Amino acid sequence: MAARAQPVGGTGRAAHRAAAPRPDAPRPVAIWPGTCAALGVALLVLGTLAAVAMRAEGGSGFGPSEASALRFTLIQASLSAVFSVGLAIPVARALARRRFAGRRVLITLLGAPFILPVIVAILGLLAVFGRSGWISGALGAFGLDPLRIYGLHGVVIAHVFFNLPLATRLILQGWQEIPAERFRLAAQLNAGPGAMWHLLEAPMLRRILPGAMAVIFAICLSSFAVALTLGGGPKATTLELAIYQAFHFDFDLGRAAVLSTVQLGLTVVAAVLALRVPVGEGVGAGLDRAVVRWDATGRSATLLDVVWIGFATLFLMLPLLAVLVAGAPGLLSLPAPVWSAAWVSVQVAALSTGLLLLVALPLSASIALGRRQLGEIAGILGLAASPLVIGTGLFVLIYPVASPAHVALPVTALVNMVMALPFALRILVPRMQQVMQQNARLALALNMRGPAFWRRVIWPRCRAQIGFAAGLTAALSLGDLGVVALFADPETATLPLQVYRLMGAYRMEAAQAAALLLFILSMGAFWLLDRGGKFHAEA
Amino acid sequence: MKPLFVAGALLAATVATAETPELVVYTYDSFVSEWGPGPAVKEAFEATCGCELKFVGAGDGAALLARIKLEGARSEADIVLGLDTNLTAAARDTGLFAPVAVEADYALPMAWQDDTFAPYDWGYFAFVHNADADAPANFRALGESDAKIVIQDPRSSTPGLGLLMWVKAAYGDEAPAIWDGLSDNIVTVTKGWSEAYGLFLEGEADMVLSYTTSPAYHLIAEEDDSKAAAVFDEGHYMQVEVAGKLAASDQTELADQFLQFMVSDAFQSIIPTTNWMYPAVMPAGGLPEGFAETLSADKSLLLPEGDAAALRDEALDEWLRALSQ
Repeated sequence: MAARAQPVGGTGRAAHRAAAPRPDAPRPVAIWPGTCAALGVALLVLGTLAAVAMRAEGGSGFGPSEASALRFTLIQASLSAVFSVGLAIPVARALARRRFAGRRVLITLLGAPFILPVIVAILGLLAVFGRSGWISGALGAFGLDPLRIYGLHGVVIAHVFFNLPLATRLILQGWQEIPAERFRLAAQLNAGPGAMWHLLEAPMLRRILPGAMAVIFAICLSSFAVALTLGGGPKATTLELAIYQAFHFDFDLGRAAVLSTVQLGLTVVAAVLALRVPVGEGVGAGLDRAVVRWDATGRSATLLDVVWIGFATLFLMLPLLAVLVAGAPGLLSLPAPVWSAAWVSVQVAALSTGLLLLVALPLSASIALGRRQLGEIAGILGLAASPLVIGTGLFVLIYPVASPAHVALPVTALVNMVMALPFALRILVPRMQQVMQQNARLALALNMRGPAFWRRVIWPRCRAQIGFAAGLTAALSLGDLGVVALFADPETATLPLQVYRLMGAYRMEAAQAAALLLFILSMGAFWLLDRGGKFHAEA
Repeated sequence: MKPLFVAGALLAATVATAETPELVVYTYDSFVSEWGPGPAVKEAFEATCGCELKFVGAGDGAALLARIKLEGARSEADIVLGLDTNLTAAARDTGLFAPVAVEADYALPMAWQDDTFAPYDWGYFAFVHNADADAPANFRALGESDAKIVIQDPRSSTPGLGLLMWVKAAYGDEAPAIWDGLSDNIVTVTKGWSEAYGLFLEGEADMVLSYTTSPAYHLIAEEDDSKAAAVFDEGHYMQVEVAGKLAASDQTELADQFLQFMVSDAFQSIIPTTNWMYPAVMPAGGLPEGFAETLSADKSLLLPEGDAAALRDEALDEWLRALSQ
């Protein structure tokens, strides 16, 4: 199939018609496992919300302060998504076009902010950008005023810090899915950078960006501690804070459920808008050759790429360096409970990753086979669901039948899986679509279906994406405080919970060391699983 | 696999209760942590009670109350330990608590009379600063100074709510003006105490809302005398932390025994250097070296729980209005 002549842009209607499966067309793998997975996730998210709503007694609705929280939430989440994705495009393009020593390590490390516990990331960011941070210190040396980080711009900077790496990885993957042959052909046709952009890169971005934006918008919708702290005060009240207030300050479960419904509604709207953008037809097939970019050899293109990679590296690495510097002194003298918590966290992460693969693989396959709406929306729900609502809902549901402490770890793993699912789908689905388009007809002609198709066609071609998704889930699960605080007893503390406990007991140095351990474990798990997917990020 | 797991866990629990009685105490998370009073308290009580003491941690005081409300009369908790006087009115209204009779000679700045909740420790909210910097003497001076402070959000944090009550108790109807004065001093507002204290230690602010006993931690545990708590002349708002017994408890006698133990020397001597608060009953050895003197009764501010509950929403509105501009 790869040898078949295709238009350079891969946008021909013929290709589209050939790829889009008819509803009654035979399929190499069944759709129902994916449908079940989607329904299961939707049931968990909506069921917990319903459980909270049912426990409500009267309660107040949506007032002016909720309206202003909604307004602020929308503004900060939109700005955060636009800036994260906007900045990620040149960074990903530069990373896609350049090969240099340490590139793999850099790409892995760039993902780190995403998996840091919130409180640690805030302290790292402020060590660089804060009033007495490194930059303000340098400015002070020249007699200049310190940076003013607190405000809406601070919220956006923090959210870009968290999400730029994710956006970069998603977009970089898009670039890597353009086969080398396309670039070769375009170069033979004398396409300069501009033409290359119009023919190959812009269509790819049109396919990737809406989904990436929707995911980041949804993550930022449920921001709370970051938005409040960097926002500088109650002006930066988000919906999630209003939900927290409804639970903690007023014990108004009705209002918590209403607010959570609004949050879910916004996310579904974002997801639907992203899905309305025509996906195009993928980029067609190639022979997985190394990409050579004849268009990017000029001096100005090189300089531009160096500047962008340098910007991303400094912006993302300096706060991490601060985390490292703060944590290193205490790392060797960590108290024993931290190590046992680390072991608990590793188990939760392993369980979470296993669950994720069970759900995400069939789900992404059925999305690739045309069940796009259901799968994507079920997938993104996990992002918009307030952890507090999921946790409380599960608590209400589990409490009558079992002691919450006994199921603390499986429940935490389950919730972590649901939170990681949207990311996993963004990673898996584009590749899965490609694999289906290129191989489904041949496989059916050979009567290869079900397990054999999974083993011989999907697995070898999606290994890189599966490894990336599994690594991301393991790392996220390790770093997430999640719902464990609602369920845990003293013996089942996870590492992030232990970091908070150390801080709550004034032990800042030990807390920062434990955070560094968490960071090392997360990166280790990510590296291990991501690398398991071989040639990936090399293409 | 899961039903089996749950069944196994239930079976294990049943076997345990058959052997020794178990007393379940719900408390906030930092109490049960390895660095809090929990482990030492468990050891000391189990040495005398012939029972098993089980702590269950649930976030902070407000989360603790939310959890009790969620569980209702079916709760397996016998004791709830860790509510403060901003929460006791709401806790009392649940009707889930039983009267208790605890005998103690309290070392609180005021007489304590409550037939439902018994105090186990207390402290004063205060702004902590670096000892080498000059501290303002009251809220007005703080508002006029250019000192930068970090505070906690009253909607998500106990100290944050304490600060609201402090300003309200000290200034009453003038509270909005005080908040106006403070608004340009506030660098930021955090979700909880840990974030705020971390920001202060990182140098993001000159002062942080914490307790008068915070410098004692640095002095005793870290031999660091660089932190001090600013003494305000309008007085300091108090946090009194209490415990109560649930009416639905199946271990009523053991629960009473625990509450009496709570005000004994064995429990109270653990509190200062694990919870970093003043003990509710002075232990025989007195306060550890490095603990600040307690204030006189007229400088110890505390709204009665009914007033605190009634003023809460109004005080929050004033705070939001002043800081949202």
